[in-house]
Amino acid sequence: MDELVIQKVGPVTDEEMILNMGPQHPSTHGVIRFVVKADGEIMKVAVPVVGYLHRAIEKIGEIVTFPQFMPYTDRADYLAAMFANEGYALAVEKLMGLDVPPRGQYCRAISCELNRIASHLVSVGTMGQDIGALTPFVHALRERESINDLIEELCGARLTYNYHRIGGVAFDVPDGWTDKCLRFCDHFDKILDEYDRLLTWNEIYVKRLAGMGIIPAAMAIDYGLVGPNLRGSGVDWDLRRDLPYGCYADFKFEIPVGKGWAGKVGDCFDRYYVRILEMRECTKIIRQAIEKLPPGDVMHPKVPKKMKPAAGEAWSRVESARGEMGYYVTADGVSEKAQRVRIRTGSFTAMGIVEPLSRGMMIADLVALIASLDVVAPEIDR
Amino acid sequence: MALTPEQIQAAVAAKFGDAVGPLAPPAKDPFFTVKADRLLEVCRFLKAEPTLAFDFLEDVTATDHLKENQIKVVYHLFSYAHRHGVVIKVELDRAAPKVASLEPLWKTADWLEREVYDLFGVTFEGHPDMRRIMMPDDWVGHPLRKDYQEAGGYEDISNVRDSSLVEYRRMDDAVREAVEAKAKAAAPATPSTPLAPTGTVH
Repeated sequence: MDELVIQKVGPVTDEEMILNMGPQHPSTHGVIRFVVKADGEIMKVAVPVVGYLHRAIEKIGEIVTFPQFMPYTDRADYLAAMFANEGYALAVEKLMGLDVPPRGQYCRAISCELNRIASHLVSVGTMGQDIGALTPFVHALRERESINDLIEELCGARLTYNYHRIGGVAFDVPDGWTDKCLRFCDHFDKILDEYDRLLTWNEIYVKRLAGMGIIPAAMAIDYGLVGPNLRGSGVDWDLRRDLPYGCYADFKFEIPVGKGWAGKVGDCFDRYYVRILEMRECTKIIRQAIEKLPPGDVMHPKVPKKMKPAAGEAWSRVESARGEMGYYVTADGVSEKAQRVRIRTGSFTAMGIVEPLSRGMMIADLVALIASLDVVAPEIDR
Repeated sequence: MALTPEQIQAAVAAKFGDAVGPLAPPAKDPFFTVKADRLLEVCRFLKAEPTLAFDFLEDVTATDHLKENQIKVVYHLFSYAHRHGVVIKVELDRAAPKVASLEPLWKTADWLEREVYDLFGVTFEGHPDMRRIMMPDDWVGHPLRKDYQEAGGYEDISNVRDSSLVEYRRMDDAVREAVEAKAKAAAPATPSTPLAPTGTVH
């Protein structure tokens, strides 16, 4: 079964060996495997082998009805399920011609930005852990817990939210919840300073990441990198600002872009630090959204129980924590089920760049590279 | 400057004539078809022409149409410079779907096309690494085709098995029957049905 990938890795000389890293490996961020050809510690090439978490989510999308598919989208990216919910909801709303009421859109933005912080916390935490800094991970998870608590209060789930629905969101914010969010934002801004002291400017950490795995801007676009990985390479692009969806046009926030803070633009450190800076912007957006939170319904008043959109196809894009997430949904006008649900994810295209970057890298640095790309295995395989 | 899908289709149609289909449908996300043998040329034009400048291949996927006996490969293109996007499709014969790979133009096509090959069985000619990506290398069939039939299992592991609950139920029934039989044997012979009440109860 492995012959094809071994062929891909190519012939091995006396000095070289082929190693398997994964699928069960603590540093591969899920069930991902790399077939590494190495000469000592130096890699000739690392070929990613994915698919171990393929759950046929896209096929399930053709089997269940439009609203029934929403819980499955949670499983596409379990660290940032809000965005997966939102992308699917946007695509079906486009097909159905439904508008989301303003309050529903604000609830979406608040929940998404909370989720973005939670997802980035796991990313930066595990990145430290992969490099050998175990403490920051615990600090990151502590803050993530309080976000999980907040989201649990909002929608009853801590990980697989199923909160966004076609036509709005499932629940309005509970009484007093927004005050808790604001309190969290105040608390978290200070914590971010702490992270900078604990992890970001730690000398060993910087030396492990600076100048490592450099992705120039043109290469990042060519390989279809999105989100923080793209911005880490210096491309000033964020769907929330450049092609605003939902209510993002109402907010003022900065888009952090890689500047070669410690080494060169597009290195592992830039990708890491863009995420840290993005979390600061998230709290800004949450504050503005809570301040402007409009009254009214959170759900479109006339969402049909049986959804049968007219024949057509819709493509939606959202700026997920792992970058652009796209849903391509087609309907035939007769059935209550989608003819095709395609999920385009940031992790999948990010994995495609590992092989060209791995040539000449040390094996230990492969771990840093994967961590900096923030790939999540279920999002690669779906 | 951002162009509308109409303008993009017009620009491509002006250059390639009847290799490019009309824009459809106007209501939802519009797209146009391109003849499969001209795809690489058209895409090269879409990428190189300065007013179009599609530098980002967002997505490659496919849809299966049994009635039309076609597999349609769908390309979502986007231009960061002009902030416009376009959807193009190629229509392929279901029996032997084959189209040129876009890997020479956009490297991201490498993985995206591998997924379409794996799940729909479309061969991309000129692709450097046409292997399955989601399913194991020895998998039979292409799961996202509409007429795909699941095999009974994989590597001697069945994907259907008896529920142990059924067996538990049978075991429970056996125990209950044994208890009842024992009780019946121990008790004196009594009528199996209670006697009908006689007289009036005061």
